[in-house]
Amino acid sequence: MKDLLDLTALEAHEAMVGGDLAASEYTAAWSEAAAGDELNAYLWRDEGGEEGRAIAVERDCIAPIAVKDIFTTEGVPTTAGSCILEGYRPPYTSTAVRKLLEAGAPILGKTNMDEFAMGSSNENSAYGPVLNPWDRGRVPGGSSGGSAAVVAGGLAPWAIGTDTGGSIRQPAAFCGIVGLKPTYGAISRYGMIAFASSLDQCGPLTRTVSDAALLLGILQGHDPCDSTSVGIEGGVSLPGREDLSGLRFGVPAELRGDYDSGVRDVFEQTLKRIEDLGGEIAEVSLPSSEHGISAYYVIAPAEASSNLARYDGVRYGMRAGGDGDLVQMYETTRSEGFGPEVKRRIMLGTYALSSGYYEAYYGQAQKVRTRIAEDFTGAFADVDFVVTPTAPSVAFGLGEKTDDPLSMYLNDFFTVPMSLAGIPAISIPAGLAEPEGGGPQLPVGFQIAAPAFAEQKLLDAAYALEQGIGFDAKPGDGNG
Amino acid sequence: MIERDQVLHVARLARLSLSEEEVEQMVGELSGILEHVDRIGTLDLEGVEPTAHVVKLENVLRPDEPRPSLPRDVALASAPEPQDGAFRAPSPQAE
Repeated sequence: MKDLLDLTALEAHEAMVGGDLAASEYTAAWSEAAAGDELNAYLWRDEGGEEGRAIAVERDCIAPIAVKDIFTTEGVPTTAGSCILEGYRPPYTSTAVRKLLEAGAPILGKTNMDEFAMGSSNENSAYGPVLNPWDRGRVPGGSSGGSAAVVAGGLAPWAIGTDTGGSIRQPAAFCGIVGLKPTYGAISRYGMIAFASSLDQCGPLTRTVSDAALLLGILQGHDPCDSTSVGIEGGVSLPGREDLSGLRFGVPAELRGDYDSGVRDVFEQTLKRIEDLGGEIAEVSLPSSEHGISAYYVIAPAEASSNLARYDGVRYGMRAGGDGDLVQMYETTRSEGFGPEVKRRIMLGTYALSSGYYEAYYGQAQKVRTRIAEDFTGAFADVDFVVTPTAPSVAFGLGEKTDDPLSMYLNDFFTVPMSLAGIPAISIPAGLAEPEGGGPQLPVGFQIAAPAFAEQKLLDAAYALEQGIGFDAKPGDGNG
Repeated sequence: MIERDQVLHVARLARLSLSEEEVEQMVGELSGILEHVDRIGTLDLEGVEPTAHVVKLENVLRPDEPRPSLPRDVALASAPEPQDGAFRAPSPQAE
């Protein structure tokens, strides 16, 4: 058998079920690996030890998992990457984590993230940035940067994260792994600390498409605690498709914009690979998608400004300025507790919702959202999938974009339209490219989007393409 | 473009007290972002239905049955200043 840590989560699961692998030994090996975190990827780890695990799991028969620190875990620190929740131990466990525990997956730890999931580089964490395992001078992407880095860096077999405008797919691309944002409503959001409630969705970050399918199968389903959750009808099976014959892949004309040539080369090669596998490439039109960033950066901050009103220093989290009156206490707590990006988005969202501007910003953005969703419906009448690069560049340097919020936002150019339409999209590693300005080669992600609740079809196609690409580069192969 | 006065007004609405430096920075950064966002203002979207939510769901109901809720001590365990079984907060009126 392969080295324990080289097994995919699916292989490990099959070996455990078949009695060829002792779950305790496998989990212990991963706990030891996680303890070697030099990437600042974990905010908290379950040490296990004699007193048992801090988060109890009845039986372990599924690979242990790293969980983004945005999911509540009863009695265990949950910070969402923010100072305002430092030391917070929630009184309940999120549905996603509960389902993992019930399936038999021990929790390895909670992963670092941009504060309240607002960011594309992990540099907005109150606990310091996560480092990219391919090159520690670069960002892992965000906001689920910790979850992507632990999987790519050999600190966890798989992980869960959340995606509001690209926060699973973009870090998966930057770290050379698979990241899936399911259809809005596929997985319960109960206990997932809210950023933008009409967009937030939980999803897997894994080494392989098969692992993503296994994990999605565990997580998906209706939950009475989240009235917007519906689950995936028929569940999720392991993908097995070998070619792409009979499938049409649409390349949006409007998203052929300006992006790095290295990324473009890998994208074009992947389109050829699709044709080699029997798939067909067609051009599709998504005329409103170029306004995705504008609509998203109105809608998401607007919802965030409302969701984050709960951090008021009264019921949980930190309090500052308690000697003043109530409003002074609110203002001091929030000003000291939130970081710069969170304040910026609260300001942006409050402005967009304020009297006199509501229709011009929020109302208009919601209409653009309708148009974007209609564009996809139109495209899917002609093609099975829409494909784009996941991000316009490979992982950029730490500090490179922190002074320019707009250029950071534009990183989400390819991922935001799918979020606004609520449809599923996966990023798979498609190859390596040199960053603009030179340097060692870094992973490039290829994004495939499908109609709402067509996850099975999406995973089947992604699996066939993954086998065809045969991406097997790893951090440290003389690259980082 | 957003003016300094508007930044101060919005900060008050959002219950944020910004330092002088933060106000300056916010004026510049928000103006830059809004300039980009303002492009959607030029689109003719007359008659387009706004989308608040992508999943078509209506009247999601559950049986109205009493269930246990969080015990009081558990609900108060994370409060910065619990007192007498309640959340203590400063007075809304300045002393």
